[in-house]
Amino acid sequence: MKLTKDQLMAALFLAPSLLLIAIFVYGFIGWTGWVSVSNWNSLMPDMSFAGLKNYLYLFGDYRFQAGIRNTIFFTVLFILSVIVLGLSLAILLDQTKKGNAVFRNIFLFPMALSFVVTGVVWQWLLHPSTGFNRFLQVFGIQPKWYTDTNILAGFQWGSIEFGLPVAIIAVVIAAVWQMTGFSLAMYVAGLTGIDEELREAARIDGATEFQIYRKVILPMLTPITMSVIIIMAHISLKIFDLIYAMTGSGANFVTDVPGVYMFETTFRGNYYANGAAIAMIMLILVAVFIVPYLIHSRRGTS
Amino acid sequence: MLKRSLSLLFMMVVISLLVACGSDSESSNDAADENASNEETDNNSESTGSGEGGTLEIFSWWTGAGEEDGLLALIDLFESKYPDVAVENAAVAGGAGTNAKAVLAARMQGNDPPSTFQVHGGAELNESWVAADMMEPLNDFYEEYELMDKFPEELIDLVSKDGNIYSVPVNIHRGNVIFYNKAVFEDNGISEPTTLDEFMDVLQQLQDAGVTPLAMGDKEAWTATQIFENLLLATLGPDDYRNLWTGDVAFDDDRIVEAAEYFKTILGYVNEDHASRNWQDAAQLVGEGEAGMTNMGDWAKGYFSNDLELETNVDFGYFAFPGTTEDFMVITDTFGLPKGVEDPELVKEFLNVLASAEGQDAFNPLKGSIPARVDADPSKYDEYGTDTMEDFQNSNLTPSLAHGSAASEGFLTKVNQEVNIFVTQQNVEQFIEKLVQAAGDL
Amino acid sequence: MAIRRIIKYAVLIILALFFLTPIYVMLITSVKPLSEVSLSEMWSLPSAIDFSSYSEAFTQLAPNMMNSLYLVIPATLLSAILGAMNGYVLSKWRFKGSEVIFTMILFGMFIPYQSILIPLIQFLNSINLYNSLGGLIFTHVVYGLPITTLMFRNFYANIPESMIEAAKVDGASFVKIFRLIILPLSITGFVVVAIWQFTNIWNEFLFAVTITNNNTQPVMVALQNLSGSQIVQWNVQMAGALLAALPTLLVYIFLGKYFVRGLLAGSVKG
Repeated sequence: MKLTKDQLMAALFLAPSLLLIAIFVYGFIGWTGWVSVSNWNSLMPDMSFAGLKNYLYLFGDYRFQAGIRNTIFFTVLFILSVIVLGLSLAILLDQTKKGNAVFRNIFLFPMALSFVVTGVVWQWLLHPSTGFNRFLQVFGIQPKWYTDTNILAGFQWGSIEFGLPVAIIAVVIAAVWQMTGFSLAMYVAGLTGIDEELREAARIDGATEFQIYRKVILPMLTPITMSVIIIMAHISLKIFDLIYAMTGSGANFVTDVPGVYMFETTFRGNYYANGAAIAMIMLILVAVFIVPYLIHSRRGTS
Repeated sequence: MLKRSLSLLFMMVVISLLVACGSDSESSNDAADENASNEETDNNSESTGSGEGGTLEIFSWWTGAGEEDGLLALIDLFESKYPDVAVENAAVAGGAGTNAKAVLAARMQGNDPPSTFQVHGGAELNESWVAADMMEPLNDFYEEYELMDKFPEELIDLVSKDGNIYSVPVNIHRGNVIFYNKAVFEDNGISEPTTLDEFMDVLQQLQDAGVTPLAMGDKEAWTATQIFENLLLATLGPDDYRNLWTGDVAFDDDRIVEAAEYFKTILGYVNEDHASRNWQDAAQLVGEGEAGMTNMGDWAKGYFSNDLELETNVDFGYFAFPGTTEDFMVITDTFGLPKGVEDPELVKEFLNVLASAEGQDAFNPLKGSIPARVDADPSKYDEYGTDTMEDFQNSNLTPSLAHGSAASEGFLTKVNQEVNIFVTQQNVEQFIEKLVQAAGDL
Repeated sequence: MAIRRIIKYAVLIILALFFLTPIYVMLITSVKPLSEVSLSEMWSLPSAIDFSSYSEAFTQLAPNMMNSLYLVIPATLLSAILGAMNGYVLSKWRFKGSEVIFTMILFGMFIPYQSILIPLIQFLNSINLYNSLGGLIFTHVVYGLPITTLMFRNFYANIPESMIEAAKVDGASFVKIFRLIILPLSITGFVVVAIWQFTNIWNEFLFAVTITNNNTQPVMVALQNLSGSQIVQWNVQMAGALLAALPTLLVYIFLGKYFVRGLLAGSVKG
């Protein structure tokens, strides 16, 4: 096969990026995988083969189990809230044409901020002795927010108590504040994309506004919801900066997540192999969501 | 619209550049005003590499208020003796040294060691860099400069492994100190406790008086680990406390269970929001009189007098952690000589300045620590300093676990983890079990 | 009907206020003197406006703001240019397997960066780029490739195929088409991608905190360190947070439209 000059140029255009991606994404993942089965748990590298020792250690480790539990509850609450709030706001904005650009901008602006800024501010707003508790105390409630060590509906599972850690709710609030704009923008774009004639037709058929949303519009928004779920899931499964800036791993590890554990155990405790194992597990968790989605959406376009 | 946006973007870039440049000169002016004597240092570090007498890179995490002043004073002293040497102050801020340690690890792994670096005496030095065969022994250096009898023997042991000495201690902090609010103690007719049982009584008395008995800020777990290590020292005594780290005393020893039980009792007397506070926030509670006491290393003294502007022995007092009055939990910063540095002789010259009474007396009063030498000049130190210097020479010296001296970083990481769990769950049996497991990493 | 309308607006206003609370708190706290910053007076307005916390935050953060700037500009430009090149090939010069390659590139956008961090640090260390802005720029260029490629590919997909075909018939080469047809049409694309990358890199924390220290730290790490030092001076911290957020906030305020387009373009299918 002979390449034309154009094809050669096209290859040259792609080559640097492909090389970089091949080495720095796939090669490095392989390298991390290798570290994760090594004995490198001290300052100096020791790449001798350790088998699955590091993984087995993690599965029996209290902190890791707690981190996985927190991630599960964080992810579910976070995605649900972002979708419900984003969709409701999008529909409200869809119905109130006047002034909705202003509202949209207000709901969207936290997206432009860093998780670190969000963490710093919300750490204070949800501080147990000030912030929102100043208002709540009028009603006689004083939640302990991210310092609460209770596990709701907990039962013993492995070495941890499995259930909803109350403290994680505080982090969810901050994350939802920041990311709702994302789903809102997606839904607003989706709603504008829906043909007005379609609604008109439904109205003529005697459907109420509520029915139009439920029967016509919502089903059309399903692909957007899918995208929102995937994107939010990959953010929440690897969340690090928000937790690190806002709460740290928390008392009894109620707000710890694998991202923070990996960072601390690797770069502070020098357990490189354990850290690599945590990273590999995080990668697998994300891949479970992402790979099918990527394959599916590629198939859709080609 | 697009054009307008683009030009806006461009303007913003320009503005931010201008603003940032303006601030640059501003901040360097500030620095100059603050400490005119630093100018020399600044000039020299700018011309790094051009010094005829070679360059010396000093790696530390001293960037805070007093500690940076101390380091700069030390560098000044060295430069006045070796004007040809270009000194580079490679201090890394953040995380109470944890950031610096990560950077150091990366540099050592990449065979790019600094000329000399700050390291806590004990395991942090011996079980890592010495064990990895990356440090030069300093025995000859100690003999040449007749330093052997200038430091307490127990301290030299702390920076030695297998008969070789590997670093030079510059300062001493004490970890087993309790700071208390004088007014709160006087109002309630409480006197300083010396035994653990008296301590428990005091905690209860304060509780009854409606004051938070003990302020704790375990947002970072080591503050709680510090309480536990002091309890270990109290129940085991200095000899067996040391034996713990060599494996000669097992972690399921009855006295360790006893320490854990005391720990559990004490946790019943701490402020409710301990997990959201750091040690400074906790010390603040004592300063404001909302809490009676707090256990912290004596760097907290600087915080009380400089930041909270309280007067020693008037507003706040201090006593050794009950049950450890004869002991001194040592936290010592030391500097060593890494293998493979360009000019080892030059580094030794610096270490000599660091080891001299002159050097230690230049550094420590500013840093708020006491000198590691036994013959330093007490008149240069404040009331707390002289008091502590006396204790230092008359007490059993023990290595701190919470600060990396007693056991490896890896073991400490795990203990911190178990302490964090224990503070909430307070399950003594499980705690001991986990400690025994972690001891495999010693 | 009017009542419904009022309820709808009421809900929107209440939520808008909730979304603005953090900004309100940041603003009022940052202009308070330290003596008025206490847990109990968090919500009250300052008695007098005091900008000293800004000057303090600024002195502390300014060098890091500069670092962020030196980091963001080259990293954004380089990743955008490479992304445009990839997007062009992957949308207009598809070949057998180009979809697979595209998917493989895309995957790099979703990985938790923890899974490449240890090798990355070893690598940067071995080429003497650890703890340097150069190393961080390189990192952001590499790991920014998937998103910029995706954005440009989606963007170029909207350029009609017929234009390319016509040019080909006229004998225009691959490079010539890129230069004369694609690039002139890409300005909006570049603005969207640049804003997106600018925001992301400015706000990024994990790479910044692991690859740099002290003199090379970008502003977000410095901001985080600000909260870890001595007494937490909330007024200084809030002023610092606002300063650190200002560049991206300004971009959002003035170029919000493009920001949202980037957000939509980055959501895989858009």
